[in-house]
Amino acid sequence: MKRPSRVREMPILRVVARALAPVILLFGLYVQFHGDFGPGGGFQAGVIFAAGLIVFALTFGVEALRQVVPVVMTERLMAAGVLLYGAVGVLAMFLGGEFLNYSALDPLTTGHHGQHLGIIVIELGVGIAVAATIMRVYYAFVGRRPDDGGDEGEEGGARTLDAGADAGGGAA
Amino acid sequence: MPPAELLLLLLLLATVVVVARLHDLFAAAMLTGIVSLLAAGLFVLMDAVDVAFTEAAVGAGISTVLFLGALSLTSRREKHGKGTAVLPFLIVVATGAALIYGTWDMPAYGDPDAVIHHHLAPDLIAETEEKIHIPNIVTAILASFRGYDTLGEVVVIFTAGVGVALLLGGLGLKRRNASGGEEP
Repeated sequence: MKRPSRVREMPILRVVARALAPVILLFGLYVQFHGDFGPGGGFQAGVIFAAGLIVFALTFGVEALRQVVPVVMTERLMAAGVLLYGAVGVLAMFLGGEFLNYSALDPLTTGHHGQHLGIIVIELGVGIAVAATIMRVYYAFVGRRPDDGGDEGEEGGARTLDAGADAGGGAA
Repeated sequence: MPPAELLLLLLLLATVVVVARLHDLFAAAMLTGIVSLLAAGLFVLMDAVDVAFTEAAVGAGISTVLFLGALSLTSRREKHGKGTAVLPFLIVVATGAALIYGTWDMPAYGDPDAVIHHHLAPDLIAETEEKIHIPNIVTAILASFRGYDTLGEVVVIFTAGVGVALLLGGLGLKRRNASGGEEP
């Protein structure tokens, strides 16, 4: 801990971030689930949701965010989002349609509900995958220290969480 | 060109020139975010709200954070190169000129007679409501008509995330020696 992270001692930034982060998260969810009616969809929603979490991390430190969203969880959610998308396609095949033909998801009607359901679920998969990927990339960036650039073979074990929190705080 | 778009384009041009001339990387990173914001404003004026959305969130938001994260690992000022920058400048000018030359063949912006407005677009506009039953045609195309493409894009994003995680590692390495405290 060479450098104190000044951001966390600035009351204005902390208060604003504390007020903004939940609003950003809520807006992300709105964009996610309103994508069939307004502009937006899974990709934008995932980015906005991750941005809300990163705002939280910039003010309260990466360690605080890691307690909410551990690194392992981001890696699993990355895969889970893609698998959710693919699973909808495979499910449509099992129900007698083509791969990703959502109309097959609802064989009782003419397929309108199936289309709607399929789009909502695959957009959810996109959102989860995108948000988790951005979180993982963010962790990868703030988890490095200036001195472990070239020779990470020996220094690899020396990375600490404090370094990550420090870099995150210093970045803002 | 409408005055609002002209103003945004001029601001965009000015910001880009300043970014290229700056040696302060912190200021350059912040201005890059402003470039994205101005671009997003232009996309809104061109009625491409979805694109503007993405540009603002990714370009102005996440990229800036990642730039700053990378910046905290290196020095704040750019090192001066030894040689003159004449050759790179010529290459950039030539590439830009080629791109502008390429736009001469494009239909005028908003031209209703352009080819792209007569191939698939009328069918999609007419049939989306009846086939998919959701009002947002963009979402219907991306999620349903082009479901394969979107699946491919998600896989690309996933692959990019895995690549970054493997190359940079970051906090993931911490898991293997969770008991270890401060390093010497």
